[in-house]
Order: sequence, then C-alpha cells, then structure tokens
Amino acid sequence: MIQLPETTEDIVVRLLRLANTKLPEDIGWALEAAAGWETDSIAYSQLGAIMDNAKKAEFLGRPMCQDTGIPVFYVSGRFDSSVRGDIERAVRRATAEIPLRPNLVDPLTRENTGDNTGLGAPFIHYRPTDDDFLQIDVLPKGAGSENMTRLAMLNPADGIEGIQRFVADAVLDAGGRPCPPTVVGVGIGGTSDRCVELAKEALLRPLDDRSRDKSIRDLEEGLFVKLNGSGLGPMGLGGSTTVLGVRVKKEGCHTASLPVAVNIGCWATRRASVRIYRDRPPEFTQGVFR
Amino acid sequence: MRMIHAPLSEEDVRSLRLGEVVGISGPIVTARDEAHMRALEKGPENSPGCLRGCVLFHCGPIVSESDGVYSVVAAGPTTSARMDKLEAEMIRRFGIRAVIGKGGMSSEVADAMRECGCVYLAAVGGAAVTYAESLTVTDVEWKDLGMAEAVWEMDASSFGPLVVAIDADGDSLYESVRKRIRR
Ligand code: SF4
Repeated sequence: MIQLPETTEDIVVRLLRLANTKLPEDIGWALEAAAGWETDSIAYSQLGAIMDNAKKAEFLGRPMCQDTGIPVFYVSGRFDSSVRGDIERAVRRATAEIPLRPNLVDPLTRENTGDNTGLGAPFIHYRPTDDDFLQIDVLPKGAGSENMTRLAMLNPADGIEGIQRFVADAVLDAGGRPCPPTVVGVGIGGTSDRCVELAKEALLRPLDDRSRDKSIRDLEEGLFVKLNGSGLGPMGLGGSTTVLGVRVKKEGCHTASLPVAVNIGCWATRRASVRIYRDRPPEFTQGVFR
Repeated sequence: MRMIHAPLSEEDVRSLRLGEVVGISGPIVTARDEAHMRALEKGPENSPGCLRGCVLFHCGPIVSESDGVYSVVAAGPTTSARMDKLEAEMIRRFGIRAVIGKGGMSSEVADAMRECGCVYLAAVGGAAVTYAESLTVTDVEWKDLGMAEAVWEMDASSFGPLVVAIDADGDSLYESVRKRIRR
C-alpha cells in the first residue's frame, strides 16, 4: 500500500500534541535540580507533584495541564499563504482529538467559539527566510501566567538596575498565580508592541541555551539568583525555587526609550518546533535544531 | 497525607491546621468566574443544590464525552484570585466549607472563612492529570457556560495533595510568605 505523506495540517496536529503532552527536557531537568536543593517540605511536595504529573501526562498522552491555553505560532522559512488554513484546521482538529480545552471567547460577549479558532485566532507570526524548509514553532500559553504580563517604558537613565527591579517586581507581585516555579521571559528594547513580542519569544529559548552576549547572561543569572533568594517558592507557598530560569531577548530601541516587558511562563512552559521539508520527513524538537 | 471526607462539617474544617497536607474523598463541585456570577445573581434557591455547603473547586476541567458518559481528562486548579470579589459572598450565602484553588485569596475572603468556618486548600497548579485520575463526573449543571465554566459535580477519591493554605481562623500561608519576601 502506498503511504500518503503527512499533510502540513497533520503535522501541526502532531506538533500541538507534542507540546501539550510532553514537558521539554530542559524544564524537566531544571525541576529535578530544584527538587535537589529545596529544603522546605511543602515546596518539595509541590515539585514532586509537578514532576509526577508531567510523567503521567507523557505516559498517558494527555495534556499536562487542563489550561491548554491559546497557542501562538511562529512560522518561518519558506511558505505560502496556505499555511494559515493548515494551522487553523489543525487547531480545530487538535481541540477535538487531543483534546484541548476550548478557551477562545469574544472578549466582550464572552461567547466561546468552541474550537479555539475564529475572531482572529489562531494567532500567527510570519518571518519568511530563504531556508529550504518551513519551520513552525508553537507556544501554548495558559491564562494564569499570561495574565501576569507587564510592559514598562522605562527611562534610559533607569538602566540595568531599573530593568532588574521591574522584572523582579513583576514576578514577586504575581505571587503564586502563574504557577511558580516559572520561566521568566524578558523583552528589552524594540517599540512597545515589539517589546511585548520579544518577551514571549524569549520563552522559546531552552533553559540550557547559553546566550553568547555577556550582558544578557549577566542579567539572566543575576535575576535567577535574586528571584530564587526571594522566598516566594513553588506555588507561592514559600521555598527556594521561584524560577526555573530567566530568558532575555533584546533588540534595538529609540535613543530616548528603554522598553521592558515581562511574559511569565508557568512551570508548564510548553513549546515544540517542527521543520517541514519538501523531500524528507519532518523533524520535531522541543529544544534547538542541530 | 491525612484523608478527609466530604461533605465537611464546620467541626471538620476547624480541625484543619495551617500547612497540613490533606487528601479529599467525596463530592466536590467546580465553579469559576461565570458560575460564581450566576450563582450570586440567582441565589441559593435557584442555583444547583450541589453548591450548598460544598467543597468548591476552582477548576475548568477538560472533560471528554462519549455516549453521554463523561470522563475527566485534565483537572487542575485555576487562579483563585479572579474570584476574590465574589467568594466572600459565596461563602456566606452558600455555606461553602472548603475552597480548592491555586495562588490564594484576599484577606476579605479569609475573613469570611473565619466567620463561617471554611478553609482554602491549595492544589498544585498544573498537576491536572494527577488530579483528574481521582475524579469521576456525577452530573453537570449550567453546561451552557461552556466546558471550562460549567458546574461539574464530581466524586473524588483520595484527591490530593492539597495544602491547608488559609485555615478557618483566617490565617494564610500566602500572607506569611508575602511578609517574608526579600525584594
Ligand atoms: S499557569 Fe500554567 S500550569 Fe498553571 S494552570 Fe495555568 S497553564 Fe496550567
């Protein structure tokens, strides 16, 4: 029997299944490391329950959290306009098949569309490049963490210290609401709209990916130490594991501006990527492509 | 993990100590933003009877249905703070004995808990598969609100772990952590 090649739609359903049912390895390692140094007994019990849950979700092929969020897609490489329809149909199918929770509502009437599409969704960012593949990254974000998003247009004179204070306040004021330990996405620079995008894109970078830029590394490591010394702990119940990592992404900005945005990813920071080629099977990863 | 059995009496609830880890068996009922608003608008007489004196779970589960049989796929807690403005009145009018959620609730809610005999039990946010495994659906009300917002009546068996995070004296673990936080 001739096997028909998977369509882009099929591949995106698989991508959503992977993202929702399997915690990226780097996050699993960070949780295990945290459990190793956590001395608070309540904190330890929370980390244990989280890891246990992630294992069960992967084994049973079920979404690790009931809030399967609103998936944001990043499409890059070579593609044409049909990719939007493919993704839209895939989201509808994934909602029924995996299943995902229908989360999408009209913001004013609060009426649910029932299948996570419509009213402009799915939300897709397009970045065409000259590569010979189509790459799709997906980031399903739940509301608990997404609702904690903040943007500040700081003064250039506020400097690195101003950035650190703003990020730390955003994480500590959020308390237990975004399900700590969290991954903190920080966008620095751009314009106000671009800055918020950067903060979310920062969450696509795995925790074991070291930045080549020393100023970014210093900021990430400094915030990591500071936040884990705060005492907020898993679920805001106290302890020494408040964040699993800090990811910073920067771009240029106006000489009179210093935009900073924070987008928090819960412990269940779900992401997955695929490269679709014309002449060979697709490649999936939850880290970086090699 | 100490086991407690719903429905809970005021005495049961007042015996729970702050920081204690418990598991629950018996009926529990889900309600989020929309269900809270509708319940308060309609009042206890015109709302599903299961809400009265119940163990209330802040949760919008994923439930699959085949041939009229429901199964709980994923059911972790949702952020309780969204219900901060509604919960004190819910506790007073519906006699809620325990609220299960994540992230804690305001001091106004803690006051109502102290006054009426109610506790806040912190579930592990995102541990949706673990929690789903100990739940079976017995009925559903207000399904028109959608899967996440409907009132799901469930039977729990050893549902946990849950941390007593606000006790019936109104003392809150979140508050004590917040006071100690190093900025
Ligand atoms: S913040 Fe994340 S882990 Fe917590 S309930 Fe929301 S999606 Fe799930």
